[in-house]
Amino acid sequence: MTAIRKEYLKVIDGYSQKAEPKLKVHHVSKTFAQKGQTITALQDTTFDVREGEFVTILGPSGCGKSTILKVIAGLTEPSSGYVMLNDRRIFGPGSDRGMVFQGYTLFPWLTVEQNIGFGLQLKGMAKAERKEIIEHYLHLIGLNGFGRMYPNNLSGGMKQRVAIARALANDPEVLLMDEPFGALDAQTRTVMQELLLNVWEESKKTILFVTHDIDEAIFMGDRVYVMTARPGRLKAEIPVPIPRPREFSVKTSPLFMQLKAEILELIREESWKAASEVGSKGWSPTTA
Amino acid sequence: MQVKQYFKLKENIPSRLYIGLGLFSFGALFLLWCILTYGGHVPALFLPSPTDIAQQFWLMVTEMNLFSDIVASVYRVSAGFLLASIIGVPIGLLMGSFKIAEGLVEPIVGFVRYMPASAFIPLLILWIGIGDLQKIAVIFIGTFFQQVLMVRDVTKNVSQELIDTSYTLGATQKAAFLKVVLPSALPGIMDTLRITLGWAWTYLVVAELVAASSGLGYMIMESQRFLRTAGIIVGILVIGLLGLITDSLFKAAYNKMFPWLQGGVE
Repeated sequence: MTAIRKEYLKVIDGYSQKAEPKLKVHHVSKTFAQKGQTITALQDTTFDVREGEFVTILGPSGCGKSTILKVIAGLTEPSSGYVMLNDRRIFGPGSDRGMVFQGYTLFPWLTVEQNIGFGLQLKGMAKAERKEIIEHYLHLIGLNGFGRMYPNNLSGGMKQRVAIARALANDPEVLLMDEPFGALDAQTRTVMQELLLNVWEESKKTILFVTHDIDEAIFMGDRVYVMTARPGRLKAEIPVPIPRPREFSVKTSPLFMQLKAEILELIREESWKAASEVGSKGWSPTTA
Repeated sequence: MQVKQYFKLKENIPSRLYIGLGLFSFGALFLLWCILTYGGHVPALFLPSPTDIAQQFWLMVTEMNLFSDIVASVYRVSAGFLLASIIGVPIGLLMGSFKIAEGLVEPIVGFVRYMPASAFIPLLILWIGIGDLQKIAVIFIGTFFQQVLMVRDVTKNVSQELIDTSYTLGATQKAAFLKVVLPSALPGIMDTLRITLGWAWTYLVVAELVAASSGLGYMIMESQRFLRTAGIIVGILVIGLLGLITDSLFKAAYNKMFPWLQGGVE
């Protein structure tokens, strides 16, 4: 480990001792039955996210990283374990845990404004107050003047921006993001990453962000949890001591490269292990 | 201008050409009709000429009370169709939303659906006589069971991710149903109504062919009895026209109700 890295880690350690865990995932696992067999989607998983932190979970598709988010959101019951938010156990979904999905989940029959105000209206907030919040978030995501449009008229990147605004307008305790930029092209994705970081710095939200893109996981996160597939489990926790605010240019910095190499090594090890176990069935790291 | 460019798989053609083609095929058909009838190639008993039909139409309007037949038929179709929709759409919504409702209703509906509505006519005459109510009942049976299953499918196809999204925004089950399932299923429900209204007209004619004393089906039957071929064709054309009118009303309502569906219908 280089000296520069050690220096940063000290800073992060000091920070982590101060902040209380906001979200605790405690020995959560998920199994389900399929054709009489029990399949483990997620092995015993424990981790936590601190107030105001941006944590990313990195893993290949099918490793159960979406399952973690669904359990936290309360959309899926864990087979064992539990989730605590602000020291209270969660049961079922609620507006304190906002979520942005990979697929486009704007309500197509509502305008951009109505989409952003959906949760506020459910709470029974007065129209004038609602309008103010909607305006604020429209501005934050850079979509002033698009409020009256229907989602069908928006590009993929715009739709995801509105989905982020909709989740944030509800003022959740944590924001769960399930590969929100997974369906976007590389250029839009880069723009969206920077936009989300700006929004995060402005709103001071706690974010748990799932992705299969190594660069994205490092660029966005304070910490990266690396997951492995079949059965899914957390393999390592990598702190990212890159100072903020981060610009796109840090993606080519030596520290970034070093972290990337470290994570790639972790993933490669695991892929080889998995490949040698089930290699005869034609499974390979690339199809994981 | 290459003619070849108009024969590319699924490729668009200029809209003027598209409309022109439709007018052309209509015109060609009419021309064929004129040649066959005015040319004396087909006896008028089998196929009357356009003039015969226009005359017959005028005669029916002025002396044979065509409009009262139209009113009688429209009333029966509307009553049967509305009754079926008012009961069928909510049941379909429930079946698509709750497995327990589906388990309860599906076996019956799935079974009755395959029984031909027209075969119920003798039974219905026995039960409720030969009045309007019997015709309405035939239309009800013909449309209700199909509507239930079609609305169920539409409701089942509502994206689970949209429902989950509403939960993470604080929606209760009831709110998710009213604010996500319902608006999401509405275009599909409108489609279902539009399609089944067409079927309702088919069953109306079947119902009016048996034991009726008014209505377009009855009028067609009477015309056949007196070898008034032109009358039969007038009846068929009037029903076709009424269908076209209701269909355009549906289309207009659809575009008005769902501006968010880019491009609207078709």
